Amino acid sequence: MLLIDCPYCGPRAEVEFSYGNEAHIARPLQPETLNDEDWADYLFMKTNRKGVLLERWVHSHGCRRWFNVARDTLTYEILAVYPMGAKPPKLPERSYL
Amino acid sequence: MAQRFRLSEGGLIDRSKILPFTFEGRSYEGHPGDSLASALLANGVHFVARSFKYHRPRGIFAAGAEEPNALVQLGEDPRTEPNLRATQIDLYRDLVATPQHCWPSLDFDVGGVNDRLARFFPAGFYYKTFMWPASMWMKYEAVIRQAAGLGKAPSGPDPDNYDKTFAHTDLLVVGGGPAGLTAALAAARAGARVVLAEQEPLLGGWLLGAAGIEIDGLPALDWIAAAEAELRSCPEVTLLTRTQCFGVYDHNFFALNQRVTDHEPPDERDPRLPRQRLWKLRAKQVVFATGAIERPLVFRDNDRPGIMLAGAAQTYLRRYAVKPGEKAVVFTNNDSGYGAALALHEAGTKIAGVIDLRETPEGHLTAQAQAAGLDIFAGHAVIATEGGKRVSGCRIAPLDESGKRVFGGGTPLDCDLLVSSGGWSPTVHLFAQAKGQLVWDEAQACFVPGEAGRADQRIVGAANGAFDLRTALAQGQTAGLEAARDAGFKVKGRKKPKAAAATGDETFDFLPARFLYLVPSDRPLGQGGKHFVDLQNDVAASDLHLALREGYGSIEHVKRYTTTGMGTDQGKTGNLNAIGIVAEQLGRPLPEVGVTTFRLPYTPVTFGIFAGRDVDDLLDPVRTTPMQAWHKANRAVFEDVGQWKRPWYFPNPGEDMQAAVQRECKAVRSSLGLLDASTLGKIDIQGPDAATLLNRVYSNAWSKLAVGRCRYGLMLSEDGMVMDDGVTARLGEGHYLMSTTTGNAAAVLAHLEEWLQTEWPELKVYLTSVTEQWATLQLAGPNARKLLSRFTDLDLSPEAFGFMEVKSAEVMGVSARIFRISFTGELSYEINVPASYGQAVWEAFMREGETFGITPFGTETMHVLRAEKGFIIVGQETDGSVTPLDLGLEGLCSKTKDFIGKRSLARPDMLRSDRKQLVGLETDDPSEVLPEGAQLTETVPKTPRPSAPVRMVGHVTSSYRSPTLGRSLALALVKSGRDRLGQRLYAPLADGRTLACKVVSPLFYDPEGEKMRA
Repeated sequence: MLLIDCPYCGPRAEVEFSYGNEAHIARPLQPETLNDEDWADYLFMKTNRKGVLLERWVHSHGCRRWFNVARDTLTYEILAVYPMGAKPPKLPERSYL
Repeated sequence: MAQRFRLSEGGLIDRSKILPFTFEGRSYEGHPGDSLASALLANGVHFVARSFKYHRPRGIFAAGAEEPNALVQLGEDPRTEPNLRATQIDLYRDLVATPQHCWPSLDFDVGGVNDRLARFFPAGFYYKTFMWPASMWMKYEAVIRQAAGLGKAPSGPDPDNYDKTFAHTDLLVVGGGPAGLTAALAAARAGARVVLAEQEPLLGGWLLGAAGIEIDGLPALDWIAAAEAELRSCPEVTLLTRTQCFGVYDHNFFALNQRVTDHEPPDERDPRLPRQRLWKLRAKQVVFATGAIERPLVFRDNDRPGIMLAGAAQTYLRRYAVKPGEKAVVFTNNDSGYGAALALHEAGTKIAGVIDLRETPEGHLTAQAQAAGLDIFAGHAVIATEGGKRVSGCRIAPLDESGKRVFGGGTPLDCDLLVSSGGWSPTVHLFAQAKGQLVWDEAQACFVPGEAGRADQRIVGAANGAFDLRTALAQGQTAGLEAARDAGFKVKGRKKPKAAAATGDETFDFLPARFLYLVPSDRPLGQGGKHFVDLQNDVAASDLHLALREGYGSIEHVKRYTTTGMGTDQGKTGNLNAIGIVAEQLGRPLPEVGVTTFRLPYTPVTFGIFAGRDVDDLLDPVRTTPMQAWHKANRAVFEDVGQWKRPWYFPNPGEDMQAAVQRECKAVRSSLGLLDASTLGKIDIQGPDAATLLNRVYSNAWSKLAVGRCRYGLMLSEDGMVMDDGVTARLGEGHYLMSTTTGNAAAVLAHLEEWLQTEWPELKVYLTSVTEQWATLQLAGPNARKLLSRFTDLDLSPEAFGFMEVKSAEVMGVSARIFRISFTGELSYEINVPASYGQAVWEAFMREGETFGITPFGTETMHVLRAEKGFIIVGQETDGSVTPLDLGLEGLCSKTKDFIGKRSLARPDMLRSDRKQLVGLETDDPSEVLPEGAQLTETVPKTPRPSAPVRMVGHVTSSYRSPTLGRSLALALVKSGRDRLGQRLYAPLADGRTLACKVVSPLFYDPEGEKMRA
C-alpha cells in the first residue's frame, strides 16, 4: 500500500485516496471542433508508461482535494507531489524499455 | 506409559504442569512449552497424517513454519480450523486435534490404495485424465475433493473476535533469533522506535535448540533472557511473539499476524481480547532476520513417519526435551548434521550410523562425533527405507565419485528414526517479496540476498547467508545501528560498539558439504519407490523428470504442472532440491534455472483477521432517516439502497408484498400517500458561478431558470452515458439545491468537485452535502394540497404555487422548503424540514391525514407509479451504456451550449438507429408480469432448448403489476424500439414458457401530465 504525501495533509495511506488517471490532459475547449478520432483520443487513450507517470490523485477520505503525483510505475516510488494546475517538476528521465 | 519419550531433564518446558490433550480421539499428556508436535513425539506418535495424493503415512518432519506433513484440524466445531501445522500449535489444556487426508481413519485409510496404483497417477494426472468431456468436470471435482480431504470448514459462523491495528515504527525487525535481537538492541539503544516480530512464542530462534554456545560470556539462553529483558525495559520497543510477518507491500507496509490467545484453552481466553490480530505496520526501516530453513536429502522413500530434518530432531531434543527415537540413522552431506547425531547420542538414542555423502567427513561437529566414537559411513548414501507407519530400517551403500551411482544393493541398518540434512537455505521469502534480488552462492549451494528492493531494507544473519554466529551477530549490530541512523537517530559514541562475541562448536557454518540434489539408489529413478521432493504435494523426482520430458522447461511451468512448491507450505523445504534436480536434468547451471516467485502469505493466514470487527452489523455503515423509528413501529419492510435502509412497503397484518403495494398505489392515485424521500442526495450549491457549473454538468440549459423554480436535470459522463438525474431548485440569486439519486449522492458530489478543482478552478462555486441535514416528506395524491394547507399559511393554490416551483414557508411552525415536484405523476409536494423535526411532522401528517385515508408508501409503490409515467430510474433503466438519446430524452440535450458528454453523443456509435431504446411493453395476458431482466426475441424460440442461437433484441428493465391500469406493464430497452411500436416480441423464460408482449409507448398513465400539474 502506497504512502502518499498529500500536499495539504501530509503522508497518508493509499486507502484514503482515489486514483484519477493520467494528469495534464486538458479538456478540449471546443469539443465540437474535434473529429471523432481526436475526441476518442482525449476520452479513452491514456499513456501506459513503464517509468515515471504523471497522474492525478484525490484525498477522498481526507481533505477531498485533487493534486498531481509523479510515480514510477515499475518501482511505485513517488518522485514528486504537486498541486493541480502546477507544472510538473524537473525529474530524472527513467525508462525501463 | 505417559510421555515415554520425554527426557527427564532439560528443555524449555514446565514439567510441574500436565496438559492433557487428544489427537484422533486418543488421550495424551504434554507440558506447557510444548508444541502439539513435540507433545505427540513425547508420546511416541510420529504418524500423524496421510499424504495428499497417495495417502501414504506421514510423520512430523520439521519443527517450525516449514512443516509440510503434520497438518491437523484443530479444535471442535464451530471453533475449528483446518490445515494448521502441528509444529506451530502451542499445546494447551484439553486441546483437541484430528488428522486430515484420511478416511475413515489414520490407521485404516481407503485412499491408501492410491499408493499401490501410484504408476497410474503421474504428474499432471488430473489435467490428463479429467479433461474430457468438459461437462463431467464438476462431477470429477466432487469425487477428487472428497478423496483429497483438505480439512473441514466450520459448520457455523466463527464465534471468535479478531482485530486489526495500524501502527508506525522507525524499525521493524522480523525474526527474534540472535541476529534479529542484536539489530533490535542496537536500534533501541539509539532511541529508535522498534517493533520486533517473532513467529515463535519464545525469542532466540535456533539458539533454543543449540548447546554449548556462549555469547558475551553468557550461556546462550541467559544472553537471550538478558536481551529480552533489556528490550522489554525500553518504552519505545514493541515485542510481538507468536507473530508472523506474512506479507510485504509497497512503501514498507507490512502485514503481521499476531496469535493473541490461541495458546490458551478456549474457556480461559480473555473474551475482551481478540483471538488473533492483524497488524498493518508502516516502517521507516526494516531488518529481515528471518533465519534459514534446512533442506532434506532426497533419497528413495524418504517420506515415512520417523524420517525428519536433522535440525528438527535437535530442536525436539534440546528445546522440548523429547527423544524422537530409540535408534537413529543420521544422513547428512554437511557438518551441521552431526549436531543432531551428537544431540541424539547425548540423549541416549543409539546411533545406528552417520551416513555422510562426503568422502572425507570434516568440520567442528564432525570432529566431535568422531571423538565420541559414532559409526560414520563416509561416501555412503541411504538408498532405501523400510517400514509402514514408522520407519523400521534403511539400506546404505557406497556412492561413486560422480554421485550418480551407488555400488551394490546396500547394507541394512535398523532404526526407528532417520534424520537428514542437505544444507541450509536462507529464509529470503519476505526479502524477495519486497523485490530484493537473489544471487546464487555456489559454496553454500543456496540463493542468498543480493541488492535489496529498497535502501531502507536490510537482511542479516542466516537469512543473509551468514551461517556463522559471529558474522550474524555483527551483521545484526551493524544493520540495527544503520537503520536507527537512517531513521534520524544519533548513534552515540565515536567508536562503533563491539559486536557480541560468541563461542561454541555450534557457532560455525555448516560447511564443508557435498551437495547432491538427488541421492541415487540401486534401481532406476521411479522404480521400487519414490524420491519425494515436495512432501505436501506428493511430488517425486520422477515427476519432475516427467514434466521435463513432456516439454516443460521453465521452473514456473514445472511448478504448476507438477504442483511442486505449492500447497500450504509453498515448498519451504523442497523448492531448492526441485530446482537442483531440474537443473541437473536440463544440464544447466542451477542459477540459470532460477527460483519461482515468492508470494505472500509466508504462512497461511485465517480470513478472520482480514474481517476483524467489520462483520455482521459492523460490515458496512447503516444509514437511516429521521423517521426510521416510525417506520419500524409501523411494520415497514426495508430494502437496502446503497447504505440506506428505505421502507420498501408497509404491509397491513396478513398482507403480502403484492397486496400491500397494490393498496398503496391505489391510495396515492385516488387520495393521498406519504413517502419518506429523505435519502435522496442533496447538494447545496452556492456562488456567483453556480449556474455556469450547472450548465456544464447538466445536459439541459440552466441559465434562465428563475429564482423559486425547479428543473429536472440529466447528468452525463464525458462518454455520453447517463450518470445521474434529479431535480435542482434555484433558491436564490447564486444559490441552488441539487438533488441526486439515493445511491449516487457521493459519486455526484465527487464528480462535481473533480471538475471544479481540476478543470474549472476559476469558477467561484461552493458545494456542501446537506443530505442528512434535511428530512424529506413527499405528500402525493389528489388530496395533497388539502392536507398540506392545514399545516401552513402559504397560499397553495395552483395560481400562487405552480408545478415545478419551490417556496420557503413554515410548516407546523417549522421553517421548511416546499418543492412542488412529482415523481408519481400525482399532485405532489416534497416538504424539507430540518432533520430533527422529520418524525414530528411525519406523525402530524399521518394523524391529520386520516380524513383522507393517508397511506404511507415505500419504494416499491413509488417505482410502480413512476413506471406508469415512464420515468426512468438511473441504474435500472440505465446501466452505464445508455445515452439520453436511447431514453428518448434528446429534448433534454441542449443544442446551443457545450456540456459534459455532449461531444460523445455525436460519435457514430451513439447515432446508430439500432441502438437499444426505451419502450413500454404490455403482455398479451394482462395478468402475467414479465420478470425484470428477461430477454426479448422477435420469434418464438423452440423450447425448451433452441436448436440455434436466437437473436436477442432487448431486455426488460422494469416490470410491475399496475392496479391503476388493471394489468401488468413493463419498461424495456429494445433495439430500434421506437420503430417497433405495436410490434409483438417474445420473452422466453427460464421455466420453459414464452410470454408474448406488445411494444407500446412508455407513457402509460396521464400522458399529458394534467394530474401532477393540477
